[in-house]
Amino acid sequence: MHVIIEVGYLLATISFILGLKFMSSPKKAKTGNLIAAIGMILAVVLTFFAGYTGTVPYINLVIMLVAIVIGTVVGKRFSDKVEMTGMPQLVSLFNATGGGCAMLLGMIEANPNHPSPAILTMQILLIAGLITGAIAFTGSIIAERKLAGKVKDYRTIGVVLTARILLALMILLPVLYFVGVIPVSFAVFVYFLAFLAMVYGVLFVLPIGGADMPVVISLLNSITGIATAFTGLVYGNKVMIAGGIFVGAAGIFLTLLMCKAMNRSLMKVLAGKFKKSTGIVSDEEQEIKEISVAETALSLSFAQKVAVVPGYGLAVAQAQHVCAQLQQILEKRNCEVDYIIHPVAGRMPGHMNVLLAEANVDYSRLKEMDEGNEVMSQYDVVLVIGANDVVNPAAENNPDSPVYGMPIIRAHEAKQVVVMKRGRSKGYAGVENDLFEMDNCSILFGDAKVSLQEIVNQLKLI
Amino acid sequence: MDFINQNIQEIYFVVFCIFIGIEVISNVPAILHTPLMSGANAISGVILVGAILLMLNIPADDYLNLTLGGIAIFLGTLNISGGFFVTGRMLKMFNPKK
Repeated sequence: MHVIIEVGYLLATISFILGLKFMSSPKKAKTGNLIAAIGMILAVVLTFFAGYTGTVPYINLVIMLVAIVIGTVVGKRFSDKVEMTGMPQLVSLFNATGGGCAMLLGMIEANPNHPSPAILTMQILLIAGLITGAIAFTGSIIAERKLAGKVKDYRTIGVVLTARILLALMILLPVLYFVGVIPVSFAVFVYFLAFLAMVYGVLFVLPIGGADMPVVISLLNSITGIATAFTGLVYGNKVMIAGGIFVGAAGIFLTLLMCKAMNRSLMKVLAGKFKKSTGIVSDEEQEIKEISVAETALSLSFAQKVAVVPGYGLAVAQAQHVCAQLQQILEKRNCEVDYIIHPVAGRMPGHMNVLLAEANVDYSRLKEMDEGNEVMSQYDVVLVIGANDVVNPAAENNPDSPVYGMPIIRAHEAKQVVVMKRGRSKGYAGVENDLFEMDNCSILFGDAKVSLQEIVNQLKLI
Repeated sequence: MDFINQNIQEIYFVVFCIFIGIEVISNVPAILHTPLMSGANAISGVILVGAILLMLNIPADDYLNLTLGGIAIFLGTLNISGGFFVTGRMLKMFNPKK
């Protein structure tokens, strides 16, 4: 029996590696996902039979079965219902569940009723798993709330300072405890740490700027993986250790990749540090030119090369399908249409690609930022749909701007820029956009989907 | 020193896993980063294995821990099932068409 379980765990571990490996091509990715899922089921089922003895109380089994059934059904329902635009929120929420599970395991392990680990190493690992799990748990929930627009950035010195004190405490207290200075039982101590870590998770995510959300989600994902790995070490369970570390390593790697795409160091992101916008608290209205649907359609009808810069606004308006329609019409008129996608467009790395894939936009038409910038001056018209910060020239030429240093799509270098915007509000980073004041830029106010549909209708007439 | 001696196998294992993890995902193109993240998220749900091991050993009259364990199993399962289903849904749209 023992051999079967070890081999089963090995197979599960291999299935996780394959699952991640197959993500390297859109063709194989689906198979990979299936393989990883089968490996997971194998690991879970084997674990049950490995640990099952005749003496396991009836009630434990009932609770387990019920929890598993409800968990599966709820997971399926959530993922069936979610809009592609809401994907980052849901992923963040699922991440919270993993962290929460790790935290609870630590709490149960530490309970005196339970034969808790007496060895110092095990206790340290247990605490590490519990703290990382708790941070991922509350942090991901706050991230989810922020993405859903229910919680605003909250960046005050009080929050940042308290968070730092908590972080210091979470390192210092265990040291003091193990030296024997804190005279409470292990269980009480662990519950207290769990509480501190949960508060820290909230305070840790609250001050982080909205534009940095993709980085935070990826980081939290990684932390959950690390929590899983720590817990796995407590149990000496190889499939947990391996699975946890794969996720942890992948998450850290992605996090650093994204930081590079935004030209921000991870430390700056974590500190919630955007450059203080000194003196540009401009209440004055920007000088902007408006453009009508008819004029936009006319410009497009004369254009040879058009670029679309999609942003979250396009996604929110569910305009990706109309956008694809516009592309087809323009292509029939021998106009070339490209999409230029900023690496952190959307609320998650690669999120915009998922949305455009949903609208059947062909991949050959998608250009990455650098590629698009090189040929920017050749575009007759650039349509900026619901993107703000990623086309803000201030990132390149205004050291005082909070977005300064972030690589941008240089839409302003095109012959003409039309920005589709719902209203006069600022972008996600809350910054004025200098692009709007430029001579070659005009703004088409209105819902992106409605405007695009009207443009399509007009183009059919021209 | 003793600690390293006794746990050298685990240490090797952990170090190798870190390298495998990074190596495997470094080839994933940016267009698939969202499914990758969500797939990885589902894999971290392997923590459910630990929850099951624990749950099998909680005494039947320890209601506090039974409750916590039940919640832990629910959360772990939700992580796994939600993660894999949502990744599958996203990947469905990446069909090579036409």
